[in-house]
Amino acid sequence: MAGRIRIRAQVKGDSTEVKALMRHPMETGQRKDAAGNPIPAHFIEEVMVTHNGNTVMHGYWGAAVSANPFLGVRFEGGAAGDEIVVTWRDNKGETGEGKTKIK
Amino acid sequence: MSYSLEQSGIARRSFLRVGAVLAATALIPAKLWAAIARPEGAFKATALDATFAELGGTPEPHDGIIFTTPDIAENGAVVPVEVSIDESKLPGVTKLYVMVEKNPNPMTAMFMVPAGTKPFVETRVKVAQTCNLYAVAEANGKLYVASKETKVTLGGCGG
Repeated sequence: MAGRIRIRAQVKGDSTEVKALMRHPMETGQRKDAAGNPIPAHFIEEVMVTHNGNTVMHGYWGAAVSANPFLGVRFEGGAAGDEIVVTWRDNKGETGEGKTKIK
Repeated sequence: MSYSLEQSGIARRSFLRVGAVLAATALIPAKLWAAIARPEGAFKATALDATFAELGGTPEPHDGIIFTTPDIAENGAVVPVEVSIDESKLPGVTKLYVMVEKNPNPMTAMFMVPAGTKPFVETRVKVAQTCNLYAVAEANGKLYVASKETKVTLGGCGG
């Protein structure tokens, strides 16, 4: 279940742009299946982006972030080869992590 | 007997996993955000006013918040939103929020912006029906807002 995350991080001028695409159903808990039974809520509650171990963005989400969430952030500095890590934790306690190097 | 042993094994494993996750999430942000917990009340609020109240009051409109959303969304399940701040007009932003007025819970996302990070975020959200979307920014303990209507042709909570 641990989700995969596709990340792209690029230096743009004096800052670094990080774009991450997470794999997650983001079920709201409001929907019903074909038999009319409610589908339980299952969504990412917390997301974190770090640059060389320092947090550059920390977010809390509700169920209304779209399925397979996309997140774009920008921070000052950053150089090619620096490590970017994106992690998430959902309401069931599952986690996902992805890493990349800045290009 | 074996059934109950297996049950307790599963319970223990999931307990350990939750414990490990809590420990990990507690460790990472402890340096910077030890005091900021997930605002559960705001995420559970079912009306926009109640959401604002949970966060500390009604925000003031501010033209330093640049909120980009589509005027018309064909698919309400995936509506791109972008919040950026004109720092010459609104300096010192430490938190950004995205809210969707007519969703079951308007509060959709909250972002804590540390020093050195641009007050900028882009993501995609579900919009149940045509309504106003709100970008809220917190700077120096005060809340500011910009809003924009998105017309939805196909709702984001269907299925």
